[in-house]
Amino acid sequence: MAALLELHDVSLSFRGVTAIDALSFSVEQGSICALIGPNGAGKSSLLNVINGVYRADSGDIVFDGVRFEAIRPGKAARLGIGRTFQHNALFRRLSVRENVLAGLSRLGQASFIETIFRVGRDAAERRTFAARADRVIAFLGLEAHRDRIVSTLPYGVQKRVDLARALVSEPKLLLLDEPMAGMNQDEKAEMSRIISEVNRTFGTTIVLIEHDVGIVLGLARHIVVLDYGRKVADGAPDQVRDDPEVIAAYLGTVH
Amino acid sequence: MAFFLETLIAGLFAGLMYGLVAIGFVLIYKASGVFNFAQGAMVFLAALVFVSLVERGIPFWGAFALTALLMAIVAVAVEALVLRPLRNRDPLTLFMATLGLSFVIDGTAQFFLGTDVHMLDLGIDDIAQDYGGILVSRFDIVASLIVIALVAVLAAVFSKTRMGISLRAVADDTLAAQSIGIRLPVIWRIVWSVAGFVALVAGLLWGARQGVQFSLSLVTLKALPVLIIGGFSSIPGAIVGGLIVGASEALADIYLGPIVNGSVSTWFAYILAVAFLLIRPAGLFGDREIERV
Repeated sequence: MAALLELHDVSLSFRGVTAIDALSFSVEQGSICALIGPNGAGKSSLLNVINGVYRADSGDIVFDGVRFEAIRPGKAARLGIGRTFQHNALFRRLSVRENVLAGLSRLGQASFIETIFRVGRDAAERRTFAARADRVIAFLGLEAHRDRIVSTLPYGVQKRVDLARALVSEPKLLLLDEPMAGMNQDEKAEMSRIISEVNRTFGTTIVLIEHDVGIVLGLARHIVVLDYGRKVADGAPDQVRDDPEVIAAYLGTVH
Repeated sequence: MAFFLETLIAGLFAGLMYGLVAIGFVLIYKASGVFNFAQGAMVFLAALVFVSLVERGIPFWGAFALTALLMAIVAVAVEALVLRPLRNRDPLTLFMATLGLSFVIDGTAQFFLGTDVHMLDLGIDDIAQDYGGILVSRFDIVASLIVIALVAVLAAVFSKTRMGISLRAVADDTLAAQSIGIRLPVIWRIVWSVAGFVALVAGLLWGARQGVQFSLSLVTLKALPVLIIGGFSSIPGAIVGGLIVGASEALADIYLGPIVNGSVSTWFAYILAVAFLLIRPAGLFGDREIERV
């Protein structure tokens, strides 16, 4: 299968501290790829480079046939890269439904005037957007929370809202930054089920960061292991699990 | 008692007018995190352009529409020439830029339209009328109705339209909003245009009260205590803050003035603001800053 995302020698440093060091790998269309590695390995920085929050010092990225060295987050979203955040960067004072609707706003064709006065193309667009939002809300089991203000919801539910907001515009690539952080085992299993269902139902390619290796081995088809910004291993779960370098990065070597 | 009530009511009306100016600040602060010092200059610009158009024989609504259009053009220009080059900079840098912008707007407006004081007649009498034993100015009543209507419209746009969702999304989390593809420049142009429109309404009401002249710009300084009391990020806060400043200032002028030999209203609001800074730094309706470290 063809690669949807390719990274070529991507490097990133913050004032001399190397966060990502000449990293290359590719993610196949329709797969679930997990980035694992110890804290500070550069996982979140990498997601931030892919959707343009950070600008790589060197190297380039090919996404869906488009090559770029640096991109802005808005442009990345328009190309079809959706993402969720490690610390739920939700719109706290908006309801669940409004958060999800905000995820569709860039697809709006109606002009400012039309949306303000709710005339012209606005009516039809509002209906289709509402239907799409409700479909995703139902898909992620958020109906009961639909009109609640996000800041009043439990953390685990907020994580799902974050996913819903990213998913509603049907991105080709979904970047999930620790979608199961702070969850208990049941919630993790549920989230894991949701992620693989998203992958199956929408055919969305997913790159996710997760620390729970047990979950990752069950969920991902492809694992990239990072340590100090370098790629330590890259391959199928079985391959990666037995790799001595991975064991070293995670457990330390025998001296 | 009637005198006390009259003073209080006149103060509350004045407060609504302060609130009107403060709303312009709140809109921009919410959407871009910038304290726009040039808001007062925008009030002055709008009033001066409007009055100049009317003096050249253009009918009221024509002048109103043209001025509103000009304010939208100013908004687009500000986004392109000031905000975009300075994006992702420190809020203080942006604040300094708006400080500079206020001089540019004040200067340009007076360069082209002169520095004369213009009288502005909106056709509403500023005469006190008797309402059940209490004297109230008709102008105050009409001005308040206009302010209330404007706030209602803004509230409806923010809560009931899809554009409102985008605006609130940007106000809540700018980075997340960009990451889902909301176009920040578009949002900024819209917000500055709306703030320009609010400045136009404020300019007309204030201009009709005290004449259209450079000192209109200085309403910025009166909006500051209003914002500190009400909170920088809340439209209801701007109104409530305005009412508190207006009422307390009017009452202090009457009842405190004789004791300290007058001119209490020039400083009272600032003392009140300092008190609020000590007790409730985020204001009555503002968001407390919580930073993850």
